[in-house]
Amino acid sequence: MKRFYDALLDPVLPAPEGLHDGTGAVAGKRFDVYRNNVMQSLTDVMRAGFPAVRKLIGAQNFDLVAGAFIRAQPPTLPIMQRYGDGFDSFLAEVPQLAHLGYLSDVAGLEQALRLSYHAADCVPLDAARLGDLPPEQLGAVRFAVAPAVHLIPSVWPLYDIWRFNTEDGAPKPQPVAQHVLITRADYDPVPHPLSPAQGAWIAALMAGETLEAAQDAAGAVDPACDIATPMALLFAQNAVTGLITKDPA
Amino acid sequence: MLDARRTPNTLPNAPGVGFKPAHFQGLTDDPGPAHWIEVHAENYMGDGGRQIAQLRALSEQFATSVHGVGLSIGGAQDLDADHLARLKHLCDWLKPDSFSEHLAWSTHGAEYMNDLLPLPYTDATLAHVAAHIDQVQDTLGRQMLLENPSSYLAFDDSTWSETEFLAELVRRTGCGLLLDVNNVFISATNLGTSAEAYIDAYPLEAVGELHVGGHAEDIDDRGAPLLIDSHGAPVVGAVWTLLDRVLARTGPRPVLVEWDNDVPDWPTLRAEAVRAAAALAPA
Repeated sequence: MKRFYDALLDPVLPAPEGLHDGTGAVAGKRFDVYRNNVMQSLTDVMRAGFPAVRKLIGAQNFDLVAGAFIRAQPPTLPIMQRYGDGFDSFLAEVPQLAHLGYLSDVAGLEQALRLSYHAADCVPLDAARLGDLPPEQLGAVRFAVAPAVHLIPSVWPLYDIWRFNTEDGAPKPQPVAQHVLITRADYDPVPHPLSPAQGAWIAALMAGETLEAAQDAAGAVDPACDIATPMALLFAQNAVTGLITKDPA
Repeated sequence: MLDARRTPNTLPNAPGVGFKPAHFQGLTDDPGPAHWIEVHAENYMGDGGRQIAQLRALSEQFATSVHGVGLSIGGAQDLDADHLARLKHLCDWLKPDSFSEHLAWSTHGAEYMNDLLPLPYTDATLAHVAAHIDQVQDTLGRQMLLENPSSYLAFDDSTWSETEFLAELVRRTGCGLLLDVNNVFISATNLGTSAEAYIDAYPLEAVGELHVGGHAEDIDDRGAPLLIDSHGAPVVGAVWTLLDRVLARTGPRPVLVEWDNDVPDWPTLRAEAVRAAAALAPA
């Protein structure tokens, strides 16, 4: 089985010995059916998972680089909705794609969309609960964030690039840094653009920091950072599942 | 060996369809003769989201079959305990009417090839596969059905015929069988054998489920016909005829229409289910 296996991913290796076509003739091209099935099915998984990356580099280039990824990092789980995690880091190391600096972030965004789609369901917290807290306790509160929520930091106009390559008639990307927040209010993950300071605020909250610490993190990036907008977004998108008022320690 | 009476396969002797998310609305609004659905286990191992919610909803309306494609039962190495635990989790909450897997392997070392790969039929592989089936049935606490593969080649080392190999697995483990009639037709065409003779030699008394599906046509290096199990086309007439031959001997059994690639609209798949219903209730 080892020889059978090795030859599956290596088109240069001959078909293994000991196989025949049913009438005694060597199997030849028949072995290629398995080779093709493996590469084709995994390439299909990659195409379905990374439509924006594919649009950015073209279908032919995508199949080449996806094929290289498949040979370098074959699946280690039979769950295909998870296959392709790590494609973002892989793309960052492909010299021929180095001129597309944002490509890796776009792949990271697409990976996060898929993770979000399959993440656990949970009961959202009503924003009014925040108002129930005594004002002096507000700074010390931490947010429990839904597992479907993801944040992809970027120095590129990541949201605009993703949208431009997935939506007909979307506006051209502008030269600003955008972090992308992914939320899933019910079953459909939705990306939202954030400024770097807003991204720092949400990153701190997702890391379990207090509201006060998150505000400091945002202020360090931009002292005039608008927190009200991402706060409203989190609650409107069912992204907050609980308030933690006690220190976890 | 499992006591099969403890966990009977409870799929209805009626047409079923391989469920695709694109058909959710059509299937639930207008199922036609489709009484049950089959899902690939590995697509329902996420933590939540729409797919799990759809499966929960469908299980209220239809009988369900969980069909694994990734356990690598036919491999020589130990089954992946984590994957077996995921299957158990799915079967525990869904409580499907049937669980089935393939006489094939797909994992080598830690790597998974996402295809159903063939094995030689020898005393050694028989012992491995039987031990794996015992482990699956003991873990899930239920009988499993084992599906015959579609073959593109054969092994010099094989000393058992496929039908004898399957019959011996049934005898040793108490498992049931999923007879994929399209696979029988594909293998017979590709290996130059008789599909009818295969059916006649097959242990039909162990069949808990039947599959029909479409295939693609190609030719090999020597110009001989080579059928590919694509699940991406309508069922051909010769496969329906072969199904009739099976049903004439078994009586009505659960018949699944599989269409996994180039998925058609619901009315097209529904029409295949209507055709299966006709096979189950000949005039």
